[in-house]
Amino acid sequence: MNRFIGFIKKEFYHIFRDRRSLFILFGMPIAQILLFGFAITNEINNVDIAIFDHSKDATTKEIINKISASKYFSIKQMVTHEADIASVFEKGHVKAVLNFEKDFSKNLIKDHKATVQIITDATDPNTANTISNYVNAILQQYQKELNKDITIAYQIVPETRMVYNPELKSVFMFVPGVMTIILMLVSAMMTSISITREKELGTMEILLVSPLKPIQVIIGKVFPYIFLSIINAIVIVVLSIFIFNMPVQGSMLLLALESVLFIISALALGILISTISATQQTAMMISLMGLMLPVILLSGFIFPISSMPLPLQLISNIIPAKWFIIIIKGIMLKGVGIEFIWKETLILVGMTVFFIALSVRKYKIRLE
Amino acid sequence: MSITIQHISKSFKDVVALKDVSFEVKEGELFGLIGPDGAGKTTLFRILTTLLIANEGTATVAGFDVINDYKSIRNSVGYMPGKFSLYQDLTIEENLIFFATIFGTTIEKNYDLIKDIYIQIEPFKNRRAGKLSGGMKQKLALCCALIHKPKVLFLDEPTTGVDPVSRKEFWDMLKRLQKKGITILVSTPYMDEAELCDRIAFIQDGKILEIDTPEAIVKHYPKPMYNIRSNNMYQLINSLKAYEHQHSVYPFGEFVHYTDNRLDFNPKELMLYLESKNLSEISIQITQPTIEDTFMELAK
Repeated sequence: MNRFIGFIKKEFYHIFRDRRSLFILFGMPIAQILLFGFAITNEINNVDIAIFDHSKDATTKEIINKISASKYFSIKQMVTHEADIASVFEKGHVKAVLNFEKDFSKNLIKDHKATVQIITDATDPNTANTISNYVNAILQQYQKELNKDITIAYQIVPETRMVYNPELKSVFMFVPGVMTIILMLVSAMMTSISITREKELGTMEILLVSPLKPIQVIIGKVFPYIFLSIINAIVIVVLSIFIFNMPVQGSMLLLALESVLFIISALALGILISTISATQQTAMMISLMGLMLPVILLSGFIFPISSMPLPLQLISNIIPAKWFIIIIKGIMLKGVGIEFIWKETLILVGMTVFFIALSVRKYKIRLE
Repeated sequence: MSITIQHISKSFKDVVALKDVSFEVKEGELFGLIGPDGAGKTTLFRILTTLLIANEGTATVAGFDVINDYKSIRNSVGYMPGKFSLYQDLTIEENLIFFATIFGTTIEKNYDLIKDIYIQIEPFKNRRAGKLSGGMKQKLALCCALIHKPKVLFLDEPTTGVDPVSRKEFWDMLKRLQKKGITILVSTPYMDEAELCDRIAFIQDGKILEIDTPEAIVKHYPKPMYNIRSNNMYQLINSLKAYEHQHSVYPFGEFVHYTDNRLDFNPKELMLYLESKNLSEISIQITQPTIEDTFMELAK
């Protein structure tokens, strides 16, 4: 036991004396969560648009006022000629143009139907999509107000209710993903690097020629990172609660336990990587390429798995991060208990046991 | 016997590192493994310290088989690899405490064993190992390898890259450790260090060339050795190398060590030849071959 404590003490010296890894450990989670929370969002704010109003009547004026009053849009310019529409897009000043037809008001009263064309700059399809949805929402709102006084309204207004994230706040979607990435990175990459560093510096040779058992070396290596990863998970959750007002609906205890499970599976992956790489560089490349990319691309963090081609959907099943994201989204956003996520949890447990067994088997008691 | 090696062979893919190596090291002996870089010294050390498995042959260390009893060996040997392998970001004291702990002992328990060495680096005990000079690093590494009182000590090129004064101190320490009953197997590319060993083995290209005491091994040299000097060293070497009867020509300090391939060699004849090459102040004297000469001859 003394040997083990001595080993862990040494690991903490390494971590706290290496400024770079300390920075990765604690700077990155904070930077990532703030970046994803503030900078990279799917929301739109103050998007510049242009208006081409053919009719210039009371109704269109009212709609334009409503649009400019919303915080989503700011009206950059009024277009007066059909031909100018193309040129404002070419200049890139605006993301969308609203084109009101002639006699808008008259048509609305006479035919109960008037048209407005929403032209969006689809070079960024996501934003274009969002813009048109937002404009539609404003139009529908207005329509509703118009129909308010009519007793028999023929208008069928589609009502969309956003569940789980009623404000469509993208940060709520990103937090589980970022947490997954950070835990994966810290756990897998840092352990694989710290084990391969011993190989590279030759200290592994001395550790092997000592009475330390392989299991003692492995646990001694991962223990500090379990501890640090838990701190990271706490920092992320606290940041998202206090800075982004993210509600955590489910049980904190369950969230903590599931996180520890995921951390252990990532650590086991880290050990596995260290057994197949001889240098810190290789370990880092394998961690980044082999773990980070699949976590970002195939876990459903950014791109929905259901819209992937079938082969990729199948591959996504073997990525632990996919299951963890389902679990923590469930706990954080939907507030579900273990009865709804036991299947995913079991899959994660199975993967963890498999990785640990494989890495203990592959851990070399000699140099070859 | 402290170490026995029988018909050990080892190859990596198509590179043969060791070919049928056999020798024994007695209890309490200071045994030197002498050979150039790439001779297979490190591979042999790694086989004996249970880090590698030989393709053929058997070996025992402190009575334990290197394959079956590897755990017992790891408890009872001290190993200092060729590359400095301590934690650079830990201080001298922390390194020593760490190695004491993983071997289940403390500095206090075995302080008498490392005392002579440790007092030299103790003033810097709070300095990180990465900031030490080469000689201090080696002393620290030796302390760490000794802290658990090993029966057998493996030192792989411990003095490579160390200044001459520290080298001498290091060997004095080895002599003292030997008196405490520790068997020491040390490898070195320096021939002058070979003379300090009880017995030495020449190794080249994975083969043992000769094993004997340093005094006896020079007697294996087959020819009389001559010290030759003149006013112009460079031209002297070139002239000797061009001489049709030369057997070997090696510069050795201010002299050239020369052997002739004739049994009835007459130095006067050589003197005339050298004078014909416009060399002056020539002296030719018979001398004792050194360990280096012997190695060069055997390695031919």
